[in-house]
Amino acid sequence: MRIHADQEKCCGAGSCVLAAPDVFDQREEDGIVVVLDAEPPAALHDAVREAAAICPAAAISVSD
Amino acid sequence: MTTAERTAPLDAPDAPDALAVPAARAPGCPFDPAPGVARAVHEEPVTRATLWDGSACWLVTRHQDVRQVLGDQRFSADAHLPGFPFLTAGGREILSGGTTFIRQDDPEHARLRRMLTADFMVKKVEAMRPEVQRLADELIDRMTDGRTSADLVTDFALPLPSLVICLLLGVPYEDHGYFQERSRILLSLRSTAEEVRTAQLELVAYLTRLAESKRERPDDGIVSRLVARGELSFAEIATMGRLLLVAGHETTANMTALSTLALLRNPDQLARLRAEPSLVKGAVEELLRYLTIVHNGVPRVATEDVEVGGRTIRAGEGVLCTINTANRDEDVFPGGEALDVTRDARRHVAFGFGVHQCLGQPLARVELQIAVETLIRRLPGLRLDIPFEDVAFRSDMAIYGVHSLPVAW
Ligand code: SF4
Repeated sequence: MRIHADQEKCCGAGSCVLAAPDVFDQREEDGIVVVLDAEPPAALHDAVREAAAICPAAAISVSD
Repeated sequence: MTTAERTAPLDAPDAPDALAVPAARAPGCPFDPAPGVARAVHEEPVTRATLWDGSACWLVTRHQDVRQVLGDQRFSADAHLPGFPFLTAGGREILSGGTTFIRQDDPEHARLRRMLTADFMVKKVEAMRPEVQRLADELIDRMTDGRTSADLVTDFALPLPSLVICLLLGVPYEDHGYFQERSRILLSLRSTAEEVRTAQLELVAYLTRLAESKRERPDDGIVSRLVARGELSFAEIATMGRLLLVAGHETTANMTALSTLALLRNPDQLARLRAEPSLVKGAVEELLRYLTIVHNGVPRVATEDVEVGGRTIRAGEGVLCTINTANRDEDVFPGGEALDVTRDARRHVAFGFGVHQCLGQPLARVELQIAVETLIRRLPGLRLDIPFEDVAFRSDMAIYGVHSLPVAW
């Protein structure tokens, strides 16, 4: 799994951080998404898919 | 002619049973969406309704369609565009106090919103937990000191988020009576346009003076930091401060009181939570879904013709996304008419969806988790102190909840 987060689209509401805290974080200065682990282990895949599904700005995409 | 200029009005619904919004709830269960709107999900998920001034708009009621509309920037949040659906004359008057970013589109919306995203990010807000917990415990101490009953709204549910947002903004809490009263007028569906205009002016004037005072005496609150940034005028800072102040008060306060009532009405769910406090995080998501206090819908206006749920919404037509019905959509939340604290409710749209999704949601979550957990832990005998039938629900407010909640312990 490979994750891409679009920082232009992100509106910084943090849902991804709550869904998958090992994979997503927010930038200190402006709360915009940062990906901590772009190729997370299989155990985290469900959480990442959930994060992509609840992201309000459709900023997270996942490829297999 | 561009599509954005085409503002042909919808035909006013002519069927005698055409839905009027805000729609009345049924007397049976005050937690359920209005029956007419709830029925639409099955019968005609994208349907027409009539507003207070006789104009028509679309109601979008299903989860997937609500996410489509709120996620698509061809549906504008700009309340100045013709066709934008207002719930009341007073609602339209709110624009007189200056436009906030929730009623603007990108790129202006994003520019203003990004000035605040760092203040509400998850890490920042999680770090406030000990402080919020301390405030919650103090309020309970004071509420229970020598007493066995109280109004949960005035003694706990309202002061908790009020103290927190005042702290964050750098607004003196001593003035809470002043802005709570004005905030109530702004959100009352009964307020006249005149009342709304006055309340707006007073609130913005108050916050403008506050912003000016931060120039001399800066602190680390949001208002002060916006002043130091130097990109916004005092009037613009005041308008933004007004949005945060009103939103910070009315939403979490009502979620706290209404959640308490919903749990008292569902004793099996309350017992489940008491037995397993680790369920609190998930329970708060479920309460957000089940109660959905933004109960009259999220307004947008189409700027192009767009197909939604098999219907074509034309440019210039208003849309209300009824997030309360979306949050009960059986396709996403099977058995969704019931409160189930063990449900995975994370896909709810109680905070809205799209780039306008609630900026303060990490803070709301922390406050609600602490409020619910603290109430349950500290008041094991908590019960309603009046008959359930006598509870005064806020059907007359833009944010649903209860006007007061007499409880005993
Ligand atoms: S959920 Fe989406 S919009 Fe929100 S912070 Fe994460 S990437 Fe950004």
